[in-house]
Amino acid sequence: MTAASTTAVPPARTAPALTAVGLRKSYGDKVVLDGIDLTIPEGTVFALLGPNGAGKTTTVQILSTLLPADAGQARLAGHDLVREAAAVRAAIGVTGQFAAVDNLLTAEENLLLMADLHHLPRREGRRRAAELLRRFELTAVGRKPVVTFSGGMRRKLDLAMTLVGDPRIIFLDEPTTGLDPRSRRTMWEIIRGLVADEGVTIFLTTQYLEEADQLADRIAVLDRGVLVAEGTAEELKRRIPGGHIRLRFRDERGLASAADLFGTATREGEALALRIPSDGSIPALRSVLDVLESVALEAEALTVHTPDLDDVFLTLTGQAGPQKENAR
Amino acid sequence: MSTLSYAARDSATMLRRNLKHALRYPSMTFSVVAMPVVILLLFNYVYGGALGSGIGGSSKGGGAYIDYVAPGIILMAATSGALATAVGVCVDMTEGIVNRFRTMSISRAAFLTGHVVGSVIQTMVAIALVIGVALAMGFRPSATPVEWIAALGVLVLVTLALTWLAAGIGLVAKNPESASNLPMPLTFLPFLGSAIVPPESMPSGLRWFAEYQPFTPVIETLRGLLMGTDIGNSAYLAIAWCLVLTLVGYAWARRTFNRIGAR
Repeated sequence: MTAASTTAVPPARTAPALTAVGLRKSYGDKVVLDGIDLTIPEGTVFALLGPNGAGKTTTVQILSTLLPADAGQARLAGHDLVREAAAVRAAIGVTGQFAAVDNLLTAEENLLLMADLHHLPRREGRRRAAELLRRFELTAVGRKPVVTFSGGMRRKLDLAMTLVGDPRIIFLDEPTTGLDPRSRRTMWEIIRGLVADEGVTIFLTTQYLEEADQLADRIAVLDRGVLVAEGTAEELKRRIPGGHIRLRFRDERGLASAADLFGTATREGEALALRIPSDGSIPALRSVLDVLESVALEAEALTVHTPDLDDVFLTLTGQAGPQKENAR
Repeated sequence: MSTLSYAARDSATMLRRNLKHALRYPSMTFSVVAMPVVILLLFNYVYGGALGSGIGGSSKGGGAYIDYVAPGIILMAATSGALATAVGVCVDMTEGIVNRFRTMSISRAAFLTGHVVGSVIQTMVAIALVIGVALAMGFRPSATPVEWIAALGVLVLVTLALTWLAAGIGLVAKNPESASNLPMPLTFLPFLGSAIVPPESMPSGLRWFAEYQPFTPVIETLRGLLMGTDIGNSAYLAIAWCLVLTLVGYAWARRTFNRIGAR
């Protein structure tokens, strides 16, 4: 299986917002990025998916001018990353993994600080700060020092600060890591709104397949500094064989009879459990139960396992277990 | 707008940010004041009697011991302010806000300039408070208004030099704790100069160091301006030291800031 498939790129409406060719970075003899190529059309959400230490943050730091690459080129919003760094900085906004807010100022002052640094006229700055506070539901706490904010509020303020300058390309480095599920949903809504209302391009990194699935037009999987796959969420999922129904039996005899019934299944011997490849849909579930019912075989427990990031990595990094890839 | 006026505008924005911090958290300024005031109280009331009579016969003394010791301790407010600068810069570095600034299209110098100018203002306020305490304790300078202005000018120069060095220290320190420890030797240097006792009273090796280290000419210049003691060539030495240290600190801090991430 070849790693990257680039067949289903959505038709480019305009010039790409971001292109990168052969980005490399190493610290000493530890290679962090080993030749990354990226193309992100304008007005789309691109997700870079990978585990901790895959090189996601390094990629963002290079593309946001924080870190020089050892090799490779990139263009953002039509500007060369290195030679036109100032123009690149004017076009991008970055919300990092840890909220980059001024804890000693209030939320409003943080936004006004950004407005001043973007050289907005005072009145325009005030207007935009008020609007962002309202949009992010922070108006009530706008005059409170940020040091009193919860994690979710700080992330929202962080993103609001990024938006003051009207960036055309927004980098979101693990924007929901460490947030509770409710704050995560809120963040997703905000990100969707940005693309729908303002047509910005979003470069998102995440460890969560679900997040990439929810938000991204295209997903690239990064592992140990190499892109191992790229495609839409659907394309990636089809390549992941991890989805299965897991049946657990009381004894070896039950397990053995069931294993005979489901030819494609894998045994988890010690756990007395059987994995039946499946997409986890209701009809698939029903057919498994029907088969068990027909021979009056009783399973002790049933769980539905949908593909997750583990499966992506097991499959795409060539460290898969005994399972074979699903046929398309 | 030209690049230069953007740089000035960004620096002013950063300065406002730092002044807001200082105004909202006056405890920072008070902690800068606390160290020299405690030392002043200690050396005037606890050791002052013995030290005063010990140096009484020397050419430097004459009046009360506080008149000898106050100029050196006023200078300590500047070293104490440097410590606060190093911590302030380091806190910004560790909290991620600097990375936000670095991804924005703003003047690269603005962040440090804002910190340094803010710290110089904060330290000058602290110095004024320490002078006030010294006056309340019986410090009686004989300076004319012109000499006062000259003394303040020397204090601004020395504060600027120490603040740029401290900004560099804040950039290289791994965390705020080490940022507050690294400038420690700086705060001890005045003790090994002419701040507390005249170098002539020290053993020869130490005396040599005390006479040639940068704080001694600064202290002698301040003492001369405020108390009318002999300045000699100390004023030139003091100004030269301040300019050299400012340039070194500035170049080092700028270079360190521009090389963040490139290491």
